[in-house]
Amino acid sequence: MIRTLTLTLLLAGAPLAAKTIAVAPSADMREAIQTALLDAKSGDVVLLPAGTFSLTNSLSLDVDGVTVRGAGPDKTILSFKAQTQAGEGLLVTSSRVLLEGFAIEDTHGDGIKAKGADRISFKNLRVEWTGGAKATNGAYGVYPVTSTNVLIDTVTVRYCSDAGIYVGQSRNIVVKNSLVEFNVAGIEIENSMNADVHDNVAQRNTGGILVFDLPNLPQMGGHSTRIFNNRIVNNDTPNFAAKGAIVSSVPMGVGIMVMANRNVQVFGNTLDNNATAGVMIVAYPLAVEDVRYNPLPRNVFVGANSFGKSGWAPDFVGGKELAAAVGGALPPVVWDGVESWTVKGETRGESAKPGFAGGQLLSFGLVVASRDRTSAKPAMVAVAATPVETPSPVILPSDQPGL
Amino acid sequence: MRWLLTAAALLCVSAAPAQLPVAADLLLSEVPAPKLSDYRLFRDAGATRPNGRVAAYMLNTPLFSDYAVKHRYLFVPQGRSAAYRADGVMEFPVGTALVKTFATPDHFIETRLLIRKANGWVAQPYVWNADGTEAVLKRAGTILPVIMATPDGMKAVSWSVPNVNQCKGCHAQGHDMVPIGPTAWNLGPSQLRQWARRGLLRGVPPVLPVAPRWDDAKAPVAARARAYLAVNCAHCHSAKGPASNSGLFLDFGQADQVASGIGKRPVAAGRGSGNREFDIVPGHPDQSILAYRVESTEPGVLMPELGRTLAHAEGIALIRAYIASLPPQ
Repeated sequence: MIRTLTLTLLLAGAPLAAKTIAVAPSADMREAIQTALLDAKSGDVVLLPAGTFSLTNSLSLDVDGVTVRGAGPDKTILSFKAQTQAGEGLLVTSSRVLLEGFAIEDTHGDGIKAKGADRISFKNLRVEWTGGAKATNGAYGVYPVTSTNVLIDTVTVRYCSDAGIYVGQSRNIVVKNSLVEFNVAGIEIENSMNADVHDNVAQRNTGGILVFDLPNLPQMGGHSTRIFNNRIVNNDTPNFAAKGAIVSSVPMGVGIMVMANRNVQVFGNTLDNNATAGVMIVAYPLAVEDVRYNPLPRNVFVGANSFGKSGWAPDFVGGKELAAAVGGALPPVVWDGVESWTVKGETRGESAKPGFAGGQLLSFGLVVASRDRTSAKPAMVAVAATPVETPSPVILPSDQPGL
Repeated sequence: MRWLLTAAALLCVSAAPAQLPVAADLLLSEVPAPKLSDYRLFRDAGATRPNGRVAAYMLNTPLFSDYAVKHRYLFVPQGRSAAYRADGVMEFPVGTALVKTFATPDHFIETRLLIRKANGWVAQPYVWNADGTEAVLKRAGTILPVIMATPDGMKAVSWSVPNVNQCKGCHAQGHDMVPIGPTAWNLGPSQLRQWARRGLLRGVPPVLPVAPRWDDAKAPVAARARAYLAVNCAHCHSAKGPASNSGLFLDFGQADQVASGIGKRPVAAGRGSGNREFDIVPGHPDQSILAYRVESTEPGVLMPELGRTLAHAEGIALIRAYIASLPPQ
């Protein structure tokens, strides 16, 4: 197995004795790459060759400070179509890791997962299912979870059966310059704190960009996300998620959806041609048994955005009637109006009214959160036109790899 | 070069007369031995006759691994012993090796070592040759075609030897690698006392916990099922395990109903939910994601994620019976 590797010492320009482990093409690329990922030491670069390689089992990296670099997202392609074991394509459980310049295709589970990592960077990558939109595609393309200092820059994800870029239970996150299309959710920030999502293109998904918080998880109380300067258009893929997944209830054609999260700001985005709504702000719509959980969106502010066509065919129960009641199409910013919930027999409540630079938005006037909005009493309501609180910009550490 | 020298030195040692003790120093060496026999954990090349201070043991409820036959051994260095722990695995001293050989009815497939080094546990997989005379280190793992004996007859299995990172997929708790099997409840009183008599374990109290065997038809179904889930799932599905982010915690004695799966919605299951809404729907195995995923043999859906390609009919029957036995809510 050692023979499949060539070790080259990079002396010029390297501050430390970091080396490059160049993986040569071989009959068993899984073993060759995996051996390099095991042999790498902190500071090393594992170089993947150009070519399309079929792998039958997932890869994993557990060494801090390693860069895994391919020849480019259309040149180094790791195909997991023939995968017989394990869910994801590549699992990273170490810190200060940079993944760049390769593609992962057709994994049976998630594409690239990083768990418990600090300073994890995904750059110039592609994750894709090549057979089109299928419920049997993997859930997440780029999937950092319970991680801190996450950089996702210039990645492309297509045809995830859940979220293309999914950041869960993490802190200090930047998602930028990426393209997500034909997924159920383009980008999802869930149960996470401090995220900047900007300059991405989210198109032709079911929903463009989601900011959620869910109950019964180790990290709850997600807050402080800024969504700005994104192009979120033409989200028109029918929802193909498996029913149990929370994203299976995302309506087709929602540009940005904020659910049960706090301190979220939306500004400078281009939102056009989204049949349900430009920005939809709602409470968690299912029964809550977790006393630690708050299902309401709080302190959500929608600033100046470029709003094109939206809201002509809201894709939820009661949506058609709602649109008809307000003159044929929902306005670009809508809120379900819910400000209370019941947990273990106790009713709790607080203000959930979002702010909007336009000064008024459409409330569905619901008392109880639900995916079924037939009982809506829609009304335009006056709201604060300036934000109460503004999330601080996310600053990644200076030694974040690939920054 | 260093590797070659080590190997050469070991060859000389191996050529010496038999009955040398376990190569305790080699177990602690930074560089893993290229061959399993280098450690002299066994008196024979076929690894069937344990050397001194190497004790065979069994678990009440074992992990299901595609109907593989398993042989487990514990080695504790001379002059040391493990400390009894009521919760979790025994506190093993530095130099301990846990040895687990996986086999078909005809031959050994691989032997995995978990070695307790000064700074924690390290995993090393050794793959057997066709003759069963030698097992060699395979750090990057591999996939081997094998034939397993199942209740439905012989079945071809694509056997996955884990790479050392995948070992952590089951053996990691937080940032530490840990053994899974040798807990008080899963070893049972007679083995604990036997280890104590052999000087391998100290501090064994007079009263010891007794847990049901998963396959003891006379024991209550819920306790058996929870023991089965603890062994097969809780190494990931626990507060510090690799699946901690799921919020589904199947460790033995988990008190939180929702965390234990009852009425719990999935979070990152994707298509693994099988269009079902809750992990366990009391009274309804056919509506429960847990049953769907243990029944599946499809990568990306099946659970546990690692170490299984076949369905475990007897385990499935137990989980279904347990879910069916829960009063509908």
